[in-house]
Amino acid sequence: MSVLERPPTGDASGRGAAFASPKAGDQLTIIEPLIFDSSRPGRRAVRYPSPSSAARAAAADQPQIPETAVRRTAPRLPEVAELDLLRHFNRLSHLNHAIELGFYPLGSCTMKYNPKVNEWAARLPGLADSHPLDPDPLAQGSLELEWLLAELLKELSGFAAISLQPAAGAHGELTGLLMTRAYHRSRGEGEQRTKVLVPDSSHGTNPATATMVGYTAVTIPSNPRGGIDLDALRAALGLDTAALMITNPSTLGIFEDQIDQVVAAVKEAGAIAYMDGANLNAILGRFRPGEAGFDVMHFNLHKTFSTPHGGGGPGAGPVGVSERLAAFLPSPLPVLAVGDPDEVRSNAWSGRPTPAARFALEEPGARPTTIGKVRAFTGNFGMFVRAYTYIRSNGGDGLREVSDDAVLAANYLRVRLADAFDLPYDRICKHEVVFSGRRQKRQHGVTTLDIAKAILDHRIHPPTIYFPLIVEEALMIEPTETESLETLDSFVEIMHGIASLAETAPDELKQAPRTTPVGRLDEAAAARRPDLKHDFVTASTAPSVHQELVDRPQAAGKG
Amino acid sequence: MSTTPPDDRRYSREHEWVRVEGAVAMIGITSFAADELGDIVYVELPEVGARLTQFSSFGVVESVKAVSDLFAPVSGEVAEVNGDLRTSPELLNTDPFGSGWIAKVTLGDPAEMDKLMDAAAYAELTAG
Repeated sequence: MSVLERPPTGDASGRGAAFASPKAGDQLTIIEPLIFDSSRPGRRAVRYPSPSSAARAAAADQPQIPETAVRRTAPRLPEVAELDLLRHFNRLSHLNHAIELGFYPLGSCTMKYNPKVNEWAARLPGLADSHPLDPDPLAQGSLELEWLLAELLKELSGFAAISLQPAAGAHGELTGLLMTRAYHRSRGEGEQRTKVLVPDSSHGTNPATATMVGYTAVTIPSNPRGGIDLDALRAALGLDTAALMITNPSTLGIFEDQIDQVVAAVKEAGAIAYMDGANLNAILGRFRPGEAGFDVMHFNLHKTFSTPHGGGGPGAGPVGVSERLAAFLPSPLPVLAVGDPDEVRSNAWSGRPTPAARFALEEPGARPTTIGKVRAFTGNFGMFVRAYTYIRSNGGDGLREVSDDAVLAANYLRVRLADAFDLPYDRICKHEVVFSGRRQKRQHGVTTLDIAKAILDHRIHPPTIYFPLIVEEALMIEPTETESLETLDSFVEIMHGIASLAETAPDELKQAPRTTPVGRLDEAAAARRPDLKHDFVTASTAPSVHQELVDRPQAAGKG
Repeated sequence: MSTTPPDDRRYSREHEWVRVEGAVAMIGITSFAADELGDIVYVELPEVGARLTQFSSFGVVESVKAVSDLFAPVSGEVAEVNGDLRTSPELLNTDPFGSGWIAKVTLGDPAEMDKLMDAAAYAELTAG
């Protein structure tokens, strides 16, 4: 199906009257107005009762907000009725694409499908209502879950110990390099080891992290097969090397098949071998980085273990370490204070409690070499519940199948699309495949951006584009394990349609997307001259101040 | 399409140009680089007085596609930066060899120019 044959959106989507019903080929131009435009003075979604005299009296006894901190003007908030509020946000949500609406080949790199059972578990009252300040005796279930999750991550990765604290992948990287620095300092080599080696196919956060910790990032080139250039690596390694940070599989979706030689060379130089675990979705149950000799790796629970992180958070980036870094892990770790670990694990996997077991957080000062806390409390607990649920509901065999299916799906697309798009690294890939749109650009003037915009017209989110940087006009597709063969076939058909349009009617692609709520946006103007503020002064329906907030400072006193 | 590199200056493999006038070297990026980057939306300029080392990073250029390091084609001390780029980064796309210049440095070692390409060699490097 080509872009032109696509039925107009308004008819198919069942959208309401707020969206103009377009004629075929017309651009939908009606965007939901700002909620401030619907604001009318005095209109309310919720009306609170006046505080009782007892409540007022109680509030009067409380410390008051200092005079210097009391605001002089009330905040300008939109004034709308409850139903108008709901309609506004529901309409906005209908302007979005979501994985629950259609194919989303950004994959686990951004966010794969998050099974609903995770949400059921996270809402269990005993977990959802727990508080990080609960004393250990009242937090046994939460501590046990953290301890068990760490045990599961150890088994999956082959590392000796785990900290769950880091709040995201890049935070895990920072934690890993802070431990690296502490390790070298403990051996009197802190001053001498100043460089972190980073392959050019790694994640951009790797050199950024190295710089943040005070190291100099040194880029190591790839070889023509998409692996690391081993000779260049050996030449760069030396007594001044603190660590190698390698993303494996790389951002080319390629497993580093010289990994044994890479790790051996790094160890021989006395440096730390860091693996970026962002692409773990490709290797569950197939490769244990700890066994391969890596010293440290971060997990992205929010990628591999399906925890939601819309709008930039919350993530969870636990780190696993080898024996030689274990002493430096962030504190406190959840520990099994009383009980036999084998028995507790075996009971847990069979769904049985271990009544005699007692869990606790490490006492302050228990590990003097720790790098300290990197996150308040023990980390983003809600993500731990979801990741634990995902691992337990899949089981070991299920997780291996997750990776096998993710890899199979990517390779299926690699083979089916190989005639339509250039494949700079034409070899079996892992969970993602990187095509190049260079043929379309050179021969027809159609860029990868045009291709991505055309994909939007098919109710599919475009894949990652222009990354990795070492591939010209890159188109990085990660279908993940949850897409059916029919969905993949339909995507193949659409991509072939776009490739043939690039030859026959390139101008059509330049005008895409045509069926989305807004057409081609001027990204350069948006970045150069962002318009981020609502102009209350000249807006015709400037909301009035919420007078009741000004009139009742007493009630708001105990903010 | 990128314009032909002018032959009044020399070029690095990282797609920067340098034009020397007396003791001052003017630095910028080539039109090939600007075209590959796409619409440039932000430039992080070096500080005046900063010391640049040949082939080391001295700033950052951000386009709608990617964020890339700027590599100094020659060593030297930054004497002046093109402040217009702060408000009009698009000059790098529209006039990379002229009003889109990035910095002027006092040339540290004129012999470094020998490590750079002339216009013909650079044109060959970037030919399709």
